[in-house]
Amino acid sequence: MASDQLSGVFGALADPTRRAILARLTAGDATVGELSAPFHVSQPAISRHLRVLEEAGLISRRRRATARYSHLEAEPLRAATAWLASYREFWEESHDRLDALLAELQAQQSQETQGKEDQPEERPK
Amino acid sequence: MATTNKTAKTEIAAEPGTQRIVITREFSAPRELVYRAYTDPELLTQWMGPSRLTMTIERNELRDGGRWRFIHSDADGVEAAFHGVFHGEPSLEGGVTRTFEFEGYPGHVSLETLTLEERDGKTVSRAISVFQSVEDRDGMIASGMESGVNEGMEKLDELLARLQAERQATQPSSTSKGDR
Repeated sequence: MASDQLSGVFGALADPTRRAILARLTAGDATVGELSAPFHVSQPAISRHLRVLEEAGLISRRRRATARYSHLEAEPLRAATAWLASYREFWEESHDRLDALLAELQAQQSQETQGKEDQPEERPK
Repeated sequence: MATTNKTAKTEIAAEPGTQRIVITREFSAPRELVYRAYTDPELLTQWMGPSRLTMTIERNELRDGGRWRFIHSDADGVEAAFHGVFHGEPSLEGGVTRTFEFEGYPGHVSLETLTLEERDGKTVSRAISVFQSVEDRDGMIASGMESGVNEGMEKLDELLARLQAERQATQPSSTSKGDR
């Protein structure tokens, strides 16, 4: 059962548009119109994707006033992607890049000061 | 003189039930240089965020009451923007304190304090974020920033491909798709 559910989640995640929809929903609930805006895909096509995501338990849909909102269901996604730790990755990669930049800046600095030291004493003309 | 610190690691502490995230990292560079890398827009865009994203700094008014707004965009033009206000005069000694809000999740503001401490020519950077609720804090860690999620999804792609390959390799040719 559990593996069936997991494969449903993976199947739903296999499509790039559906992954992009989920990424958008991490920022908050959205209507079909809002979800289809960034994609070159029709609203009915988005609706089909939403159905797949709903069946996999990755989203739920709620009616608010006259609009129907898709809501990210974090738990199944977390079960499938717990190992991703994206927040950590964001900062680890950033800090690794900063490390490299600092090394580069220090190399430049020491080159500059060395360049000055290497300059021959000014000779009076 | 440029030594890259291979063992350097980012520590992310988020004690359950609290509203804080503490991010700590040691850099092999003097404090002045690390401070410049954190505050100079030209340097900041060179390291903040994953390398596949382009960072744009719309404003970075480094003074008490000054505003900041950063945008991270991918190759397809998908953008994630963040903004806030500096509180107190940013300085090497006192650090940098600012509010932080992801524009995709408006109304959920956190307070960030960055401090830099130099020890034996190395600098420990410590960023403390305090969220408005435990839920906000957990949400930030679980979903990551939008960009982080996308990146995670790419990794998921690789995992799926690997799982599929493994399944094909281990399964007998008479496929058991019919559950028997």
